[in-house]
Amino acid sequence: MRHLLSAADLDRNQTTEIFDLAEEMSLVQGRPVKKLPALRGRTVVNLFFEDSTRTRSSFEIAGKWLSADVINISAKGSSVSKGESLRDTVLTVAAMGVDALVIRHHASGAPWQASRWIDAHVLNAGDGTHEHPTQALLDAFTIRRHFRRTVPDQVSFDGKTVAIVGDITHSRVARSNVLLLTTLGAQVIVVAPPTLLPSGIDSWPVLVCTDLDQVLPHADIVMMLRVQRERMSGGYFPTPREYTIGYGLTRPRLQAMKPGAAICHPGPMNRGLEISADAADAANSLILDQVAAGVSVRMSVLYELLGGSE
Amino acid sequence: MTDLLIRGADLNGRGRSDLLIRDGSFTDPSDAGGDLDRLDADGLIALPGLVDLHTHLREPGREDAETVESGTLAAARGGFTAVLAMANTTPVTDTAEAAAHVATLGARDGQAQVVPVGAVSKGLEGVELAELGLMARCSAGVRVFSDDGHCVADARLMRRALEYVRAFDGVVAQHAQDPQLAGAGACCHEGEISGKLGLPGWPAAAEAGVVARDVQIAELTRSRLHICHVSCAETVDVIRWAKQRNVNVTAEVAPHHLALTTSEVLGYDPTYKVNPPLRPHEHVEALREALADGTIDAVATDHAPHARHDKEHAFAEAAFGMLGLETALGVVIQTMIDSGLLSWPELAKRMSIMPAHIARLSDQGRPLAIGEPANVVLIDPAARAVVDRDASVSLSRNNPWHGRELPDPVVATIWAGRITYQKER
Amino acid sequence: MSGTGAPQAQRGDRGPGTAVGSEVSRVVMDAEQIARACTRIAHQILEANRGAQGLVLMGIPTRGVPLAHRLATVMDDVEAVRVPVGALDVTMYRDDLRQHPTRPVGHTDLPVEVEGSTVVLVDDVLYSGRTVRAALDALGDLGRPRAVRLAVLVDRGHRELPIRADHIGSYVPTRSGEHVSVRLAETDGVDQVSIEPVAQVAPEEA
Repeated sequence: MRHLLSAADLDRNQTTEIFDLAEEMSLVQGRPVKKLPALRGRTVVNLFFEDSTRTRSSFEIAGKWLSADVINISAKGSSVSKGESLRDTVLTVAAMGVDALVIRHHASGAPWQASRWIDAHVLNAGDGTHEHPTQALLDAFTIRRHFRRTVPDQVSFDGKTVAIVGDITHSRVARSNVLLLTTLGAQVIVVAPPTLLPSGIDSWPVLVCTDLDQVLPHADIVMMLRVQRERMSGGYFPTPREYTIGYGLTRPRLQAMKPGAAICHPGPMNRGLEISADAADAANSLILDQVAAGVSVRMSVLYELLGGSE
Repeated sequence: MTDLLIRGADLNGRGRSDLLIRDGSFTDPSDAGGDLDRLDADGLIALPGLVDLHTHLREPGREDAETVESGTLAAARGGFTAVLAMANTTPVTDTAEAAAHVATLGARDGQAQVVPVGAVSKGLEGVELAELGLMARCSAGVRVFSDDGHCVADARLMRRALEYVRAFDGVVAQHAQDPQLAGAGACCHEGEISGKLGLPGWPAAAEAGVVARDVQIAELTRSRLHICHVSCAETVDVIRWAKQRNVNVTAEVAPHHLALTTSEVLGYDPTYKVNPPLRPHEHVEALREALADGTIDAVATDHAPHARHDKEHAFAEAAFGMLGLETALGVVIQTMIDSGLLSWPELAKRMSIMPAHIARLSDQGRPLAIGEPANVVLIDPAARAVVDRDASVSLSRNNPWHGRELPDPVVATIWAGRITYQKER
Repeated sequence: MSGTGAPQAQRGDRGPGTAVGSEVSRVVMDAEQIARACTRIAHQILEANRGAQGLVLMGIPTRGVPLAHRLATVMDDVEAVRVPVGALDVTMYRDDLRQHPTRPVGHTDLPVEVEGSTVVLVDDVLYSGRTVRAALDALGDLGRPRAVRLAVLVDRGHRELPIRADHIGSYVPTRSGEHVSVRLAETDGVDQVSIEPVAQVAPEEA
């Protein structure tokens, strides 16, 4: 695998391999020596144009536990007015002789453009409102572990329904999850007020619904997306209260979930807005498991990209 | 200047004839003396020199991207003998002094007639009228006014401008983009691709809505209105309706909107980032039909040179615009002549006669006849070439046609009797 | 041909009508020979360790793992001792990762703490010694064993590192271009060790 830019880059077999490897990687966390030598001598640069302590440190630990040399560069966005072009920034970093660039950028498409300018491997750590493939991987990995509590050798998600609820238009997590969950065989239902559904959603491989209560009893997994309060100033919905009542995972909605269903959230959460405290802390919440899975899944991806000859 | 004899050109596709140029005008070929330059035009078509209603020459202010000289060299290469230079320079062309300066640069360095476009509003801010009358009166004789790059969004300001320019037979050229529906960040046709790619959408309604409003205002004020770079079918429908009601509206389309669709942006290549954006195929079809039936009166390049570092940003942050002067005729031949949608005389109308008429240029778009100014382009309709962006005479390289095979028709361009471009045979 | 105390080099049988370096594959151990070798090795391990105290058998995937289980079964059947069995995947510790496309990683299973244990690494073929070197490094990151021993079904010579096995099922001389193919019922449906000539199978370095 040369790059990981989109969740659509992976087929079912590759995803399963990444998950199986992530299971192995998760064992490293419990060992006295948290090190595997596989990426020794490889240099990975986290080139973050957008702040993200959580994702960045997750990648940093993942790289270091695989013995790679990891460097963090915080490049606050170069807009036209600031002068340095994206290309110059990327080429300057690559010229230091790095093996992989993990790029997070506030503009959609930046990792694609970067991959055309340099020879190094490029890993998309989140681009604008477009994609966040490693988040989708750790979400699906966590979901697989949840399914395996009842069916120990569950591989695919055939026959399962996943509801993704919230600001789909501005969510890169939603886009990547739709692609990956569909590849794994799940039926994805997207739930949002009409103003938060992106144009062209009818061409996505999903069912679309604006009524969360209609969808809840059918979902095996309910994935809540963070709603930014700033969206109100764009007039996407009138008040937080209206959003919560219409689309929040409130306590009554928690009771209405299918037996055995679980809750996901990519974080960070707005407790009380899109997700009630009850739901966030519920027994069937996988939210902390998602966080715990981040390092293992990213170790797995880094190994797939850099652990061989390509 | 020595006389120039052009032998055997097919005039406007209507028959072969000789042309004799003396002192900048056509004169009777039988009057040819002994001391002559000759140009063999056997197999070539002669059209009146092309006129571009919409060019960005970038000088003054961004001479790193283009100058009056390099821009008009590109124009000559593309068969143009006149270009209208948009006002969004630094400083903005919103005073008589600024307009006269551009005209002076054109007279000094231009390889084509350079006519400055005046801003509608001061500083292009869309708040107060610029000195339209003074720009019209000055030596530059501005007749076309446009805030291009920005929309005149305030309906009252648009009304005032349209009314005001009636006094000197001016025309207001609107860049139609409702800022509430398509803000400064909007960069991709709002539809399936923008949703998938996570790019801020630019809906067709943001253009057609403004045009619908402006044709009503033009009807009210009995003024001349021109619509820049029409990009979508909805706008075409509005213009057609307005023309049926005898509103004095004209419209232009850019070559890239006749040929390229939204799918070009799937790789996030900012070379294809343009304002208004590339749209899906059904819009391209509608634009071609509209250009064929005259609903759209003219082709205008919207030639927008950019320094490399202004394009090499993330897509949403890169500058808008594509080069167009050198390739315009080739694209129009490919999309409109080769497909049978336009004849050669009709192409001459869209790319020379009507633009000259809209801009009120008395020396351009004239018949190729004795006594007329010698502005002519000689075309080889069959020549083709693969576009090489590095071979361009523009200072910039943001060329969307690089690597594609297009008609490469211009053999020679003659402006006011002087050869400004001649292809090496 | 049964072993007595010290490990004996066993010469592989040559099939009828075949000469060394022929183009035909030849069987060097059949099911019965493999079973006897396992029995002998199991006894030797217990003898060298003076019993089962502190022992753990770590198979190196793929075929080292079923072999390790077989050894444990013999120890249980014959001496009524339960020796823990695990798996030690060494992929990430290989010294040739960069020469091939990314290799899939196998499963590591530690039934007991490595710290203070006597670890017996179990593999099917000992060849260059690089796999065992990788296994020693992998083991080192898991803890500090009291001792490490090596048991292999086949030693085919051609060592590239100073590594030797403590317990060997059979010594099979080979040319370096040849490939030793070990098939086990658990993974391949049949018990057989054979030598394949050059370019029949992608070589697995041991």
